[in-house]
Amino acid sequence: MLNEIQKNILAIVADMKGTGEGAVNIRSDGQKAFRRNTEHIVIESKTDKDGIDIRIAPGTKDESVHIPVVLTKGGFKDMVYNDFFVGEGADVTIVAGCGIHNCSDCDSQHDGIHTFYVGKNAKVKYIEKHYGEGEGEGKRILNPQTVLYLEEGASVTLETSQIRGVDDTKRYTKVECRGAGSEVIIRENLLTHGDQKAVSEMDVFLSGFDTKAQVISRSVAQDASAQIFYPRVSGDNKCFGHVQCDAIIMGSAKVRAIPEISCNHVDASLIHEAAIGRIAGEQIMKLMTLGLTAEQAEQKILEGFLR
Amino acid sequence: MLEIKHLSYRVDGEDGGVDILRDVSLTVEDKKFVVVTGPNGGGKTSLARAVMGIYQPTGGSIFWNGEDITRLSVTERAQRGISYGFQQPPRFKGMKVRDLLNVAAGKEMSHDSACDYLTKVGLCARDYIDRDVDASLSGGEVKRIEIATVLARRSELMIFDEPEAGIDLWSFARLTDTFQEIHDKKEATILIISHQERIIRLADEIILIANGAVAARGSVEEIYPKIIADTVTGCSRLEVDRKC
Ligand SMILES: Nc1ncnc2c1ncn2[C@@H]1O[C@H](COP(=O)(O)OP(=O)(O)OP(=O)(O)O)[C@@H](O)[C@H]1O
Ligand SMILES: [Mg+2]
Repeated sequence: MLNEIQKNILAIVADMKGTGEGAVNIRSDGQKAFRRNTEHIVIESKTDKDGIDIRIAPGTKDESVHIPVVLTKGGFKDMVYNDFFVGEGADVTIVAGCGIHNCSDCDSQHDGIHTFYVGKNAKVKYIEKHYGEGEGEGKRILNPQTVLYLEEGASVTLETSQIRGVDDTKRYTKVECRGAGSEVIIRENLLTHGDQKAVSEMDVFLSGFDTKAQVISRSVAQDASAQIFYPRVSGDNKCFGHVQCDAIIMGSAKVRAIPEISCNHVDASLIHEAAIGRIAGEQIMKLMTLGLTAEQAEQKILEGFLR
Repeated sequence: MLEIKHLSYRVDGEDGGVDILRDVSLTVEDKKFVVVTGPNGGGKTSLARAVMGIYQPTGGSIFWNGEDITRLSVTERAQRGISYGFQQPPRFKGMKVRDLLNVAAGKEMSHDSACDYLTKVGLCARDYIDRDVDASLSGGEVKRIEIATVLARRSELMIFDEPEAGIDLWSFARLTDTFQEIHDKKEATILIISHQERIIRLADEIILIANGAVAARGSVEEIYPKIIADTVTGCSRLEVDRKC
């Protein structure tokens, strides 16, 4: 059913062995390749457009949903809409992720729009990895959009990472913490190399009372790649928000970070920090005194930074 | 044995060059406990960094166990058994104390031995092993982790640069015990840069560095009174001695 290339990509982007466990939907080259529902988690194909609805029953505990996407056909362009309805008090881990294997000279592209409706007091951990491989001249393009609406007391952790091999990416993340006491943590890790380009835009609206947002962006730009970050947080109620952009720049790469915080309420407290720089020489030296070569030291530092 | 012969280190300054080290020659015998002390800015750290290979000297040579290592990289010197604890250790975002100790040991360390090294510097392993070596650690904590990485390398020559700096009284006592123990068991040659009487008093030999040169060297009994006299008089006898 799944070939070796597909299995390998699934392991990389979704930590899956074969078809994994729990609720699963594997999409391969625009087709449903595998699906498994559980008692509490039901996945259905949309009828009006490409994509799926994922319904997680209220009170579902310690379950996981894996919905990886694999593109192996060169020149294939895919666009999907996935909607998640997370019931009240549920506590789940959702693993998405997309891997492109492009051996052709035509561009391969996957655009995914993920919308989450997170119910009262529900807890979601969302993990998304993006990865590209293949020898073709064709580009590997990924444009993910992630939109979240949080009800009272809901809490979401987003962990998104672009590991390697994605030539062009435009990410957009929008979070509305509408319900009182809701909170979101967004961790974004990005690695670009060669002449890759990455743009990441984020809008976080803290409109509910006593809401919290933490944005932690870590990125490494190697070779002649370029990255731009626009994290924007707006506080419209008593809230706390912290944006932290940290980038390591190497070779002739370019990184721009433009964090924006807007306070529209006297009890809103927002902070942003942004730092871009090369790996400190002292860090490399220190690891060399521990016996690593300069290259190994650099690799070790990047590994930790992007963990 | 470490032999430093006519070592000089000069850096380009605004108006010409600045001599940081001038014609420094000294030897450190195997398994000795040697303390390097002297006024701030005297060149102690520069000397240690030159031995480790972090600074490339502009003249002279360094021999380690009979081999000329002057042109070897930091990595090669580390692999030959030299280690150095930084005066101001760098921090690493995302790297855990455990990771750093593993790199130092050159292998995945057992939980118990990682704990042993942390205990030797007065840190409770349970609280620190999974902490990131980043800005969340206090100055004294980073410094002690730095020392633990040197201990974990188990090198033949361990150089510590002001290991006492920023360290509380209790951890300091634990640390001096650790140095004493390494010395007693003849586990390594210890070269410590220090301003602390308690460490100076442990030394087999003291080397006084001032103005980029060796100003004096000898046993604690010979050198310590000189240092005290300087402090008491408030003027530097060393400078008077050197007529500069
Ligand atoms: N790259 C450099 N350029 C100019 N001056 C330098 C450079 N590096 C070191 N120095 C100077 O060399 C001198 C010796 O510095 P070093 O750090 O070796 O002193 P130290 O003896 O370790 O002092 P401390 O006790 O304060 O640690 C100092 O005056 C310092 O300012
Ligand atoms: Mg110094």
